[in-house]
Amino acid sequence: MRNIYLFLLRNSVLILFLTLQSVSLYFLFNFNRFHESALNMVASDIAGAVYRNTDKIEAYLSLQSENNRLREQNARLLSALPAGNLLPDTGTTLVTKKFRIDSISVGGQFQFLPARIISNSVFLQQNYMIIHRGRQQGIEPNLAVVGPDGIVGTVVSAGANMSTIMSLLHRQSRVIAVLKKGSGLGEISWDGKDPGLLNLRKIPTTVEVSKGDTVVTSPYSDKFPPGYTIGVVERVEKDQETNTYLLWVRSSIDFNTVQHAFVVKNRLQDEIDQINKTIIKE
Amino acid sequence: MTLGIKHIVRFILLLAFQVLFLNRIPPLHQFIVPYIYFVFIIWLPFRISRAPLLLISFTTGMLADFFFITPGLHAASCVLIGYLRPFLINLLLPKEQTEWGAEEPDRKTMGLFTYGIYLSIMTFVHHFYLILLEWMQFGDFIYFIGKLSGTSVISVFLIIIIDLFIKRNSRNR
Repeated sequence: MRNIYLFLLRNSVLILFLTLQSVSLYFLFNFNRFHESALNMVASDIAGAVYRNTDKIEAYLSLQSENNRLREQNARLLSALPAGNLLPDTGTTLVTKKFRIDSISVGGQFQFLPARIISNSVFLQQNYMIIHRGRQQGIEPNLAVVGPDGIVGTVVSAGANMSTIMSLLHRQSRVIAVLKKGSGLGEISWDGKDPGLLNLRKIPTTVEVSKGDTVVTSPYSDKFPPGYTIGVVERVEKDQETNTYLLWVRSSIDFNTVQHAFVVKNRLQDEIDQINKTIIKE
Repeated sequence: MTLGIKHIVRFILLLAFQVLFLNRIPPLHQFIVPYIYFVFIIWLPFRISRAPLLLISFTTGMLADFFFITPGLHAASCVLIGYLRPFLINLLLPKEQTEWGAEEPDRKTMGLFTYGIYLSIMTFVHHFYLILLEWMQFGDFIYFIGKLSGTSVISVFLIIIIDLFIKRNSRNR
């Protein structure tokens, strides 16, 4: 017993080192569980307070370009309003994209909640953003986030007033996408290299794809509103083994400068989840 | 007491520089993401004993992780260099820890050449472990080698520039 005690005493530094290493590696490889832990709440409080204050200065410096971007988005939205176009039959697009968001009206499957992005990174392998909106404002994990020009990412954890978003520039991010001209269902991911280039895989080579095609979110995605721009095809390559394309997509949103975003709430999410559950059961 | 405050202020400044400046500038290249905050561990006084050094390293890494949103990644690398530091100093400077006063590793106390080697090895080990852990999650060997060499060179370069402009050992003696 005494020998064991002496052994521990002599190697106490080594044991401390190994303990701290294991704690760090445990956090690292159990990352998803970390998101639900109390430590994460403390972490996002500390980081959030710092980022919130520096964001005020940065927001002021880029007011001009941000205003321009919002003005352009406003113009697009106005032209999409039903009053703006008098076409006799615009059926489907108008139903899915109704803009009324008050709780009384039935229409409008998607509700857009505005939020400020107060922290952002583009050069890591796992890029996250922090937005200044949380559970108290109706944000929940797993909601989609879109920016003024295109989609941004998915909410992974929601604190009281801050939420963490997994950006599209994350090695584990997957979003279902289609080509705007119709056919082809694929998956958007990121290879961790250029923050402006996304990868689109799983589109079969039977579909014709050319440079300059627009890629949008798929109507099959339960989170993202359908038809929202993701980017433009920049490079086309064929993967001979799987008979699918490997496409490089130039992201339409500039992840370096994005500051405003909308969290998208799907009002039919509960119904979709229930239907998915019954499918799995059977 | 004044020593403690001095180190806390230095830590806050280094972390602020890392988080608010280096993390925000557009990357020069996909391989190059300079890290600077861990210089805090390199610059701690010689006489600090090993157990507190490990705990300080762990705290440093964990606080950096809060801002990078990568729990454990930087903490693991910082604990590793915190553990290796006393061995490296004993190897480079044949002198007992107790003989040093409140002096810190510096180009004056260690000599320019020895200090350069100490700085480079610590930076390289930190980056090696950090990028290795990143690489283990998303394998790409060329990416690993490229990022390791690119980032290490730029980080050492930055640390030397900061070292030339800041006099650390002149006060508090």
